[in-house]
Amino acid sequence: MKELGMSQTYDERSSKKHSFTGLKYIEKKPSVLKWALMTAFPVFLFILSLFLGRYTVSPDQVLCILGQKLLNLPIDRFWTDTAETVVIKVRLPRAIMAAMVGGGLSMSGASFQGMFQNPLVSPFILGVSAGASFGAAIGLVLELPAIGIQGLSFLFGLLAVAITYFLSHIYRVAPILMLVLSGMVVSAFFQAMLSLVKFAADDEEKLPAITFWLMGSLGSVNLHDLAIAVIPLMGSIILLYLLRWKINVLSMGDREARALGINNELLKALIIVSTTIITSSSVAFCGIIGWVGQVIPHFCRMIVGPDHKVLIPATVLIGAGYLIMIDNLCRLLMPNEIPLGILTAAIGAPVFAYLLRKTRGGWN
Amino acid sequence: MELIGSKISIIDASFGYNEHELVWENINIEVKQGECLCLLGPNGCGKTTLFNCINGNFSLNTGSVYINRKNVKEFSIAELAKTMGIVFQDHVAPFPYSSLEVVRMGRTPHLGVFETPSKEDTEIAYGIMQELGIEHLADKSYTRISGGERQLVLIARTLCQEPEIILFDEPTSHLDFRNRAMVLRTIKKLSQKGMTIVLTTHFPNHVWKVGTSVAMLGYRRMVAQGPVDKVMTEENLSEAYGVAVKIYNAESNGESVRFCEPNL
Repeated sequence: MKELGMSQTYDERSSKKHSFTGLKYIEKKPSVLKWALMTAFPVFLFILSLFLGRYTVSPDQVLCILGQKLLNLPIDRFWTDTAETVVIKVRLPRAIMAAMVGGGLSMSGASFQGMFQNPLVSPFILGVSAGASFGAAIGLVLELPAIGIQGLSFLFGLLAVAITYFLSHIYRVAPILMLVLSGMVVSAFFQAMLSLVKFAADDEEKLPAITFWLMGSLGSVNLHDLAIAVIPLMGSIILLYLLRWKINVLSMGDREARALGINNELLKALIIVSTTIITSSSVAFCGIIGWVGQVIPHFCRMIVGPDHKVLIPATVLIGAGYLIMIDNLCRLLMPNEIPLGILTAAIGAPVFAYLLRKTRGGWN
Repeated sequence: MELIGSKISIIDASFGYNEHELVWENINIEVKQGECLCLLGPNGCGKTTLFNCINGNFSLNTGSVYINRKNVKEFSIAELAKTMGIVFQDHVAPFPYSSLEVVRMGRTPHLGVFETPSKEDTEIAYGIMQELGIEHLADKSYTRISGGERQLVLIARTLCQEPEIILFDEPTSHLDFRNRAMVLRTIKKLSQKGMTIVLTTHFPNHVWKVGTSVAMLGYRRMVAQGPVDKVMTEENLSEAYGVAVKIYNAESNGESVRFCEPNL
């Protein structure tokens, strides 16, 4: 091989396109079977959840209701109005919301874990849940209609994260650390405000209402909620999905990401905005659903590896299926519905402990 | 100052973390196409600070840095990444990505905001790994390879950016002999192929190994700069490091080798 002269730049040489003699690289990717199984998981649970519930609707009825209502099949009506309401207006929106919230929270968790370079971070780290809880509590105390409570909760969630974000920019050093610390400060503040509202609330009706609301539930989700929630949730989920590979680069740290040509302030802002819209709307519609955003990314990393290009879609699928599953358990385990947040934590925490043990902290 | 033909020009530069205390002042350095400039100096003399001024992370108090005759401040982030690659010193590996994935991240400046690397990008990344002789690491987890191998992966990642200039900050600190040789050999190879290189080091011996020119920093000022043989004298080294330094000449396989040691 001819040695290159000093006058010839490395670029000129490499612009003769990388003509390498060696073998082609075959990339190790999750297999088609893996993807098929991961897709089947939420789809199966979604369909199953339409058949499950306290109110008995026979499987053939469920199928025919769905066939007539959704696909406009010419089926003669042989079911009651109640059965139709239960399937179309209760179970269906509930399953769709569970899928969006579960997938959204999980991908938010994965994105934040990449951005904060730490596999243990939760999507609520910037104070969104504390802010949204406070907003909802105010709404409940003021006896606002459902939409008012949801609106206030959503806005206070956004506000809390906005305060965190701007607080972290006061000091210019180690911005990631500052974000975490500001998040703690803002969380603590809104927790205190929430306690104040609880303390002042009438303990016959309003205090229990706040407490139950905070425990999280998909029980009150209806078609109307779904119509409002679908645009911000799906919009943010799509945005995060499109940014997924850049999270790899961002996880190398601010300095390196910039050296690799990434406008990291912009990218971080985009990620924070989309995760906050997801977490805020999920708290506004379903209360606080803890641990999903930590456990699912961790679990998915075990299945598909740490590359966010495949990790992010995996978290959406597994997270969606997981929350539908938990929601089904909530409805069926006991005569009275168990609040969702209790089960996600009761199941999530030990599973997380197990995963930590298995992955030794998640770094390797 | 004549800027034509220079890749990097640092003109009348001074920098201080606060206004009263400058780390160094009146620095003028020019790096020509294909040169391998070593920024040599003792710990704490401001090598890394200067390094960060060249790559645009820090802003100078006075003076300016030109890359390809254009002020470094006028570059967009992506444009700078296509012109200049950087291999940082203290690098924490966050997630156990495969080494190929890490190398492929070098394609970032060539990709749009929502784009992910294509098959061709993967081939470029793997090709560069082959070129550096590290293709066997491709599927290995980046957190489970040796420090020297990791450094080579980072060099491959930088090459993936297809830059005209590569900056290295202390590329061999924390490395043992074998790994150090591996990294220096790679840098030398790049330099021989015509890549413009700036590297900081506090080991004078590395300058003889890879450098074509040297800028020797002492505390707050430039001790000497120019071609390696002119600058690397016992007097200059002793002055820069504040300790008497002796240079030894030896012969190995018909090649003359130089190294220096401080007198104890």
